[in-house]
Amino acid sequence: MLRLEKRPSPSAFWQWATPVLAVVLTMIAGGIMFALLGKNPVEAIRTIFWDPLFNEQFAAYSRPQLLVKAGPLILIAVGLSLGFRAGIWNIGAEGQYIMGALFGAGVGLALYPVETRWVFPLMVVAGIFGGWLWAMIPAILKTRFNTNEILVSLLLVYVAQNVLASMSLGLLRNPEGGGFPGSRNLGQIPAMANPELIPGTGMHWGVIAAFMVVIAAYILLQRHILGFQIKLAGQAPRAARFAGVNPQRLVLLCMGISGALAGAAGLFEVTGPSGQISIDFNVGYGFTAIIVAFLGRLNPIGILLAGLLMALTYIGGELASFMLGLPAAAIQAFQGMLLFFLLAVDLLTNFRIRFGTRKEAL
Amino acid sequence: MDIGGINPAVLIASLMVASVPIILAAIGELVVEKAGVLNLGVEGMMIMGAITGFATAVATGNPYLGFLGGAIGGAGLSLVFGVLTQFLLANQVATGLALTLFGLGLSSLIGQGYVGIKPPLTENVPFGPLADIPFLGTVIFDHDWMVYVSIGVCAAVWAVLKYTRLGLILRAVGESHDAAHALGYKVVRIRMLAILFGGAMAGLGGAYISLIRVPQWTDGITAGAGWIALAIVVFASWKPWRVLLGAYLFGGITVLQLNLQAAGARIPVEYLSMSPYLITILVLVIMSSGKGKAALNAPAALGQNFHASR
Repeated sequence: MLRLEKRPSPSAFWQWATPVLAVVLTMIAGGIMFALLGKNPVEAIRTIFWDPLFNEQFAAYSRPQLLVKAGPLILIAVGLSLGFRAGIWNIGAEGQYIMGALFGAGVGLALYPVETRWVFPLMVVAGIFGGWLWAMIPAILKTRFNTNEILVSLLLVYVAQNVLASMSLGLLRNPEGGGFPGSRNLGQIPAMANPELIPGTGMHWGVIAAFMVVIAAYILLQRHILGFQIKLAGQAPRAARFAGVNPQRLVLLCMGISGALAGAAGLFEVTGPSGQISIDFNVGYGFTAIIVAFLGRLNPIGILLAGLLMALTYIGGELASFMLGLPAAAIQAFQGMLLFFLLAVDLLTNFRIRFGTRKEAL
Repeated sequence: MDIGGINPAVLIASLMVASVPIILAAIGELVVEKAGVLNLGVEGMMIMGAITGFATAVATGNPYLGFLGGAIGGAGLSLVFGVLTQFLLANQVATGLALTLFGLGLSSLIGQGYVGIKPPLTENVPFGPLADIPFLGTVIFDHDWMVYVSIGVCAAVWAVLKYTRLGLILRAVGESHDAAHALGYKVVRIRMLAILFGGAMAGLGGAYISLIRVPQWTDGITAGAGWIALAIVVFASWKPWRVLLGAYLFGGITVLQLNLQAAGARIPVEYLSMSPYLITILVLVIMSSGKGKAALNAPAALGQNFHASR
C-alpha cells in the first residue's frame, strides 16, 4: 500500500525539483496530446522549446520576443505571488492590466500632441494608478465588507473588458483612424512610445521594470518586516495576528501592489509591443501570470525563470502553429496542464511516500 | 401589454431560460461546497460541458445524448480536480484556477471543427392546451425539458440535504472532516462523489448554453457564467432554494439588459453588458456585509484539505 507521511518541514530538494519534474511531465503529456492531434510529438516539443532559441532560421526573431513576452508575465506574477503567499487571492490581474493600459494611454492621449519626454513617465504613473485603483475595489470590499476577493477581482475582469470595448470604440478612438476601432498608435508617437532600448534584445522599459521588481521583491521577502509578515500570514494566520500583523493592511498592500504592477505591465504593453488600445490588445497575460507565479514557487527568482519558460511556450506555440499547423488553443491547454502537474507533484515537497503498512510511532 | 417595447410574459419566460445554466452549475457547486470542497473551476467545467455536449449532440443528432455528453465532460474535468485535491492534497484555490485555464484551452481546441455548425433542435415539452393559457402559458408551460429539470434538481438537492441520512453525512464531512472521519465516514470518497456531481451539473449547464441558449459553438462561450454561479452560491448562503432565486434574479438582469440593447436604449451597449457582473458584485457585497450572517452559514471545513494522520 502507498501511504503519505507528512514531512516535519518542506523538503528543500523537492522545492526546486518539483517545477522541473512538472515541466518534464507536461512535455510528456503534451506530446501525447500533440500525437492525438496527428502531429509528431517529438517535433512539436522541439519546435516549442528548442527552435525559438537555437534554430538559426527563427532564433533571430524569436530570441528578442522572449523578453518581450516574459516582461509583463514576470511583472504581474511577482505582484500576485506576494498576495498568494499571504493567502490573498487576486485573480483579476487581467482586469487591472487593462485598466492600467487605459489610464496610461488616456493620460498620454489627453496630452497629445505635446512633445516632451515627461509624457511617458506620466503615463507610467497613470498606468500604475489605474491598476492600483482597480485592485482597490476588491481590496476595500474585502476589508470593509468581508466580500470574497477571488470572485470580485475575477468578475471585474469582465467589467474591465467592457470598459475597454467602450473606450476603443468611443472616447479613445483614433480621430484620424477612419472610423476603425482602436486608439492612435502610441508606439509611433515618440513622446509616448516604449521602444526597444537595445536593438535585437527585445529589452524595453517594461522588461527593465520587471527585473527591478524581481530584485525588490526578493529583498522585501528576505530582509523586510513586511515580507516576513506576508509569509507569516500565509503560513500561520493566527500566529500572525498575535505577532501584531494587521490583516486588513496586508490585504490592501498585497492587492495594491499586485494591481499596480499589473497596471504597469498593461501600460508598457500598450505603448510598446501592442502599440495601441484596441478591443483585444490584452492576450491573457493576467491569467497566465497565475501559472507563472506558481511555477516559480511564489519566489521572485523562480518567477523570473518561470516567466522566461512561459514566454518560450508562447513563442514556441506561435512557431508550432506556423510550422506544424498546431492550433493556438493547444498551447493554452498545454499551459493549463503545466499548472496541473505542478500542483500534483507539489505533494512531494510536503509529504513522503511510504510503501507498506504503517509502523507504530514511538 | 408591452412596457417600453418589452413584453413582460416573454421577459419572464426568457429569464427562466437564461437562468438554467447558472442554476445547474450553482446547485452542483453548492453540493461540493457543502461537502467542504471549494472548486473554483466551475467556469472550466462548464465550458468543457458546453463543447463535449455540443460535439455529442452534433455527432448523434440527439440533443438529449448531448446533455449526457456535457455532464460526462464536466464530470471528467472535475475528476482531475478531485484527484489533485483529495488524493494529492493540492491547494484547492490554485487547482480550481488551473481547471478553468485548462478547460478554456482544451474546449477551444476540441471546438475548432464545430464553429458555425447548428446543433440539433431541442423541442419544448408538449403541454398541449396549457401552453395557450394567456400569460401563464408563455411563462410556465412553454419551455424545453431542461428548465424543469433545473428546478427539479434544486428541489432534489434541498430534500436530500435536509431530510436524508446521505445529506447529513455530506454536511458532516463539510463541517468537520476530522469528526466525520472519526465516526467512520469515508471523507475522501464522499468528497469525490460530491465533486463529480458538481462537475456533471456544471457540464450540464454548459451544454445548455451551447445547445439551447445560444445555440452554437464559439470560444469562451460561457463568458463568466461559472464565476457568477460561484457568486450565486455565496448569495444563496448555501441554501438550495435561494440558488434558484439568485439565478432568476441574475437571469432577469441578463435578459433585461439584452432586451434594452435590442430595444435601442440610450445607454451604450458595453455598459449594459457589464451590468450583470456589476450587480453580482453588489449582491455579494450586500450578502457578505450582513453582520457575518451569510459567512456563518458557510461550511466550516470549506477549502481545507483532509489527510488522515490517525
